[in-house]
Amino acid sequence: MGMTPAIRLQGLRKTYGAVVAVDHLDLEVGAGECFGLLGPNGAGKTTTIEICEGLTAPDSGEVEILGRRWAGDATGLRQRLGISLQETQLAEKITVEETLRLFRSFYQSGHPVEEVIAAVQLGEKRKARVGQLSGGQKQRLAIAIALVGDPELFFLDEPTTGLDPQSRRQLWELIETIRTRQRTVVITTHYMEEAERLCDRVAIVDHGKMIALGTPRALIASLGAQYVVEFGVTEGVSLPEAELAGLTGVVGVRQEGGHWRLQAAELHTVVPSLLALLDRTGVALTELSTHAPTLEDVFVDLTGRHLRDG
Amino acid sequence: MADRRTWRERPLYQLTIVRYLEFVREPEALFWTFIFPVLLTAGLGIAFRSRPPETAKIGVLQGPVTEAVAGPLEADARLEVRRLDDSAAAQALRTGKIALLVVPVASGVTYRFDDARPEARTARQLTDDVMQRAAGRIDPVRVSEELVRERGSRYIDFLVPGLLAMGLMGNGIWGIGFAIVDQRRKKLLKRLVATPMSRAEYLASFTLSRLGWLILEVLALVGFGVLVFGVPLRGSLLMLGIVSLLAAFTFGGIGLLIAARPRTIEGASGLMNVAMLPMWVFSGVFFSATNFPAAMQPFIQALPLTAAVDALRATMLEGASLAQLAPELGILGAWMVGSFVIALKIFRWQ
Repeated sequence: MGMTPAIRLQGLRKTYGAVVAVDHLDLEVGAGECFGLLGPNGAGKTTTIEICEGLTAPDSGEVEILGRRWAGDATGLRQRLGISLQETQLAEKITVEETLRLFRSFYQSGHPVEEVIAAVQLGEKRKARVGQLSGGQKQRLAIAIALVGDPELFFLDEPTTGLDPQSRRQLWELIETIRTRQRTVVITTHYMEEAERLCDRVAIVDHGKMIALGTPRALIASLGAQYVVEFGVTEGVSLPEAELAGLTGVVGVRQEGGHWRLQAAELHTVVPSLLALLDRTGVALTELSTHAPTLEDVFVDLTGRHLRDG
Repeated sequence: MADRRTWRERPLYQLTIVRYLEFVREPEALFWTFIFPVLLTAGLGIAFRSRPPETAKIGVLQGPVTEAVAGPLEADARLEVRRLDDSAAAQALRTGKIALLVVPVASGVTYRFDDARPEARTARQLTDDVMQRAAGRIDPVRVSEELVRERGSRYIDFLVPGLLAMGLMGNGIWGIGFAIVDQRRKKLLKRLVATPMSRAEYLASFTLSRLGWLILEVLALVGFGVLVFGVPLRGSLLMLGIVSLLAAFTFGGIGLLIAARPRTIEGASGLMNVAMLPMWVFSGVFFSATNFPAAMQPFIQALPLTAAVDALRATMLEGASLAQLAPELGILGAWMVGSFVIALKIFRWQ
């Protein structure tokens, strides 16, 4: 490993017809890092990760994975990667154990199948056919087949999409155990909680471009706000935006229809003065809430859209 | 780094066994592979079973001298005679209820029949024979008959090797083609090529996985033919095995080739029909391929199903040796290698 970055992308570009999926992307992921690609659907996350996995060829740009290029010894490189793709359907009539034994056979070295089954907590489902597994169990099996060759570098494309909260948490715990083994992990997601919880660093991508890069903490801190205050008023009622921005402690204002979002340095001055302002202008509140800022707020601040809007 | 894994831990074995398990866990596939060919053989065997020679159905027109004409004809077991009036006779002749109408006239009789119909020509000869002998004809040459109904020359004997070859083709092309397109559609193929798996081994595993059930498939149909219809098996089981195996691998290779590009089951299904239709028609499964014009023979003989049908027929009915089958086996081998190599080249992996 040493100083060689796990991934180095330079000037990466990929188009599908008129659609630019990846637009001059530069990125370096260090060995041992857990790195997140965060962005809405269609941002170019999957295209980027599939170029890294050697499944898609870029139109231009340089790709180095574990210090090597795909044009060289592709099979040798694949021996060192663990991959979980979006929407793979494994053979339904084959059992968990049989599936893992198959995937294990492709790698010269790796973990015993029984160990991997235990690691993803599918011991009881060892003899169950893939078709009988729940969504969360299928996803854990997908992670297991990525694990079985004991790879140096993992690519997990939307590992928790479509799962219920409990299955998602189970999967997060699993990914955290991979991290503690000093392996490099790259995750794409459009769930900010996932990126915040799992990733050392996050790149926020939108329309094929990287619009922010840093640790989740640093990105959130860049908002300059300790709190986000969200409130709703009757649709169509106008509020003086300049006055809102001028309230003491407010560092940012955004409006979406009847829904407003204030980034606040402190809550105890912003909330009373907001209520006073509304009272003065005779506008009634329909809702009011506040939360600590998240990566979602960073994305909204950068693009004016929500992650899940796509 | 030396690879110390046992053969059971190696990808070719694992890919083959998984493919095999997928197949045996699919009840419908078992039906189409084992039961359907046997049912088809049973149905055709019954429809075309050897029967005693049929009687010729003829009519005699009612008139003053009917009795003299009809009497001797009715006495002959090979003829089934009806006495008919004018309009009934015309109708029976038109609708094929009788093959020939005997019309008594002053100087003798007139035969009314359609000379384009084989059974009418047979009826004419039989009727005339009986009429002339009844009138006192003496045949100058003394004739006696010796009847031979040999096993191996009946239609069912011809049919069973043909159906076996057709089954090997269908199972190879459908079984492998659909499985691959399904894996492509479900993106399992993409997941597999993201591993260090050898692509040639992946393709080879589909053909190899046919081995397991090929034996059962051949034994089910041939066993049924031999036990129920008494179809001869003059070649050795080993020869039957060699020819069946080569045919199965060949059609497996063609299945791979057909499945090399399509993304959907519908697309693959169309290609499979296009590939198989000419062989169903021309390759001599149900009737001899030599019925087609000489100009078409080079094309017909080059078809893999023609080679498979001919080789299996020669093995089962004539007990042909490996050397005698060299041309057919050569054609099959060429198709097998060619389709596998081209499939590997043009295969769409995502």
